[in-house]
Amino acid sequence: MNGWHAFLGQLPFDWAQYAFMLNALLAVILVSPLFALLGCMVINNQMAFFSEAIGHAALTGIAIGVLAGLGNPLWSMIAVAILLAFAITLFRRYSAASADTIIGLVMSFAVALGVVLLSRGGGFAKYSRYLIGDILTITPNEIAGAAAMLAGVALLWMFFFNRFFLTFLNRPLAKSRGINVWFMEALFAAAVALVVTVSIPWIGLLVINSLLILPAAAARNLARNTAQYHASAVAISLVSGILGLIGSFYWNTASGATIVLFAMAFFAASLVLRRR
Amino acid sequence: MEANTSASHCGACCTKIEDLGVTIGSATILDHVNLHLHCGELIALIGPNGAGKTTLLRAMLGELPHTGELRFVPVRKDARGKKPRIGYVPQKLDMDSLAPISVRDLFAGATSRWPTWLGCSAGVSKEAQRMLAIVGGNSLIDKKLGALSCGELQRVLLALALTPVPEILLLDEPVSGVDQAGIELFYQMVSQFRKDFDLAILLISHDLPAVASFADRMIFLNRTILADGTPREVFGHPVVRQTFGYDFSATAALRKTVIPLHHGGAEKK
Repeated sequence: MNGWHAFLGQLPFDWAQYAFMLNALLAVILVSPLFALLGCMVINNQMAFFSEAIGHAALTGIAIGVLAGLGNPLWSMIAVAILLAFAITLFRRYSAASADTIIGLVMSFAVALGVVLLSRGGGFAKYSRYLIGDILTITPNEIAGAAAMLAGVALLWMFFFNRFFLTFLNRPLAKSRGINVWFMEALFAAAVALVVTVSIPWIGLLVINSLLILPAAAARNLARNTAQYHASAVAISLVSGILGLIGSFYWNTASGATIVLFAMAFFAASLVLRRR
Repeated sequence: MEANTSASHCGACCTKIEDLGVTIGSATILDHVNLHLHCGELIALIGPNGAGKTTLLRAMLGELPHTGELRFVPVRKDARGKKPRIGYVPQKLDMDSLAPISVRDLFAGATSRWPTWLGCSAGVSKEAQRMLAIVGGNSLIDKKLGALSCGELQRVLLALALTPVPEILLLDEPVSGVDQAGIELFYQMVSQFRKDFDLAILLISHDLPAVASFADRMIFLNRTILADGTPREVFGHPVVRQTFGYDFSATAALRKTVIPLHHGGAEKK
C-alpha cells in the first residue's frame, strides 16, 4: 500500500495527492476485471436480471443484520444473497413459471421486506449509503478483500470456466461429458452473489448490476470469440472504472454511478462500431 | 443402402436399459422402458409430442433422476464395469445468436480443460479441424455459433459428439430446421459413422419417411415402448398408424426416395 501511494503520489494530478483517491483507484483496478469476468458469463447465460435481483436482495440482508445487532451487516447480506441465488437457481429448474416472473417476484419481495424493516421508526436515511455506495472510504482491509475475491474468481475461471461454459450452453451436453451440472450452477450463483454483495457498499446497489453487465454487453458487440470477448470486457471495465473514478473527483459526484455512465458510453460506441 | 440388415452389427457390445422410469413432480413421463442397444445399430426413436423421447435421452445421460438401470456390456473384458462414453447431439443450444462463441471455442470448451477465455491451444484446434472435416465443416472453425445455419450447427454438434468417439451416440431431433436435401445428407453421414465407428445410435426423429430409409430399427415411444422392430413393422403397428394418422408402411419400402412431409402435419398435437 505504501509503495502504491509513494508511486502514484508523484503524479502531477490533483487527485493523486489524496490517499483516499489512491485507495479507491487501487480498489477500482481490482474490482473492474472481477466484474468484467463475471459479467461476461452473466450475459452469455442471460442472467442479467438474476444478478440485479441478487443486488437488490442486499436490502433484506442489511435489515436482518441490523435486527440481529451485527455491527457490520456484511455477513447477513452475503448469507441472504447466496440463499436467494440458490433458491432462484432451483426455481428456474423446477418451476413451470418463467424465470423472469420468479426473479421479479423474489426481487420485489426482498426489496419490500428490506425497506419495511429498515424504515421502522423513520430511520431509512442512514442506510441510503448502500444505495449509492462510496468507494472513497474503502479501507486497506476491504482492498485486501477485493484482491482476495479477484484471486478467487480468477482461480475459479482457470479451473472451472469450460465446465461453466458447457453447463450453461446445454445441460445434457455438459452431462454427457461428465460435468456435475448442479454443482456448476450452484457455484456460479454463489460466486455472483458473493461478489455483488461484498461490492455493494463501494458501488451502491442501484447501479451495481450495470457495472456487471455493461462492459460485457459492450464487448460482445466487438468480439468474435471467447478470448476477445473477455479481453475487451476487462479493458472496457478497467478504463471506464478509472475514468469514472477520476471524473467523479472533479465533478464531485458519486463514483459508482459515474463509472457506470462511462461504461454506458463505451456500450454506445460499441453499438456504432458493430453497425459498420 | 440396405438399412434393415443387421449384418454390420458386431452385436457383442450392448447397452441395456432395464425398467427405466422417470417421474417429474406427480407426472410419470416414462414407465417400464426396456431397451437394448447394440453397437453398429441405428435406432430411430419416434412418438408423438410429449411422449418422453427427449426425457429418455436426458435420463440416459444421467441428467434427470430415474429409476431402473442402464448397463453397458462391452466386447472387451477389460472394459467391463466401465461407464460407456455417450456422445450427445442436442436439439439446440441455450444462447442468443450474438454470443461471441466461435466453433473453436465450443470444441475447446467441451474437450479441453484449458479455459477458453485465455485462448485455445493449437492441439485442440487441430483436432477440432480434423473432426469438422469429417462432417464437411472445414470452413466453420472461426465462425460464431450464432452465424451458422441450422444444418451447419447440427453438423458441428455431431462432430463435437464424436470427439472423442463414443460408444453410444444420442441425437435429439438432429434435423429440425434443416431443408430436405440437408436432412438426407445428415442421415447418410450418421449412417456411415455407425459403420465406421461401430456406434450404437439412438436418434429422435420427426421426419419419419427420411429416417425410415436409414434406421435399422425403429421404436415407437409413448410413455413406454409400444412398438419395436424394423421401420416397416413399426409403421404397420395399429397404434403407430393411429397416432400419426397415416400408414407409412407403404412408403417405408421406398428406399432413397424422400417423401416431402412436414412433420407438424403428420403428428396429432
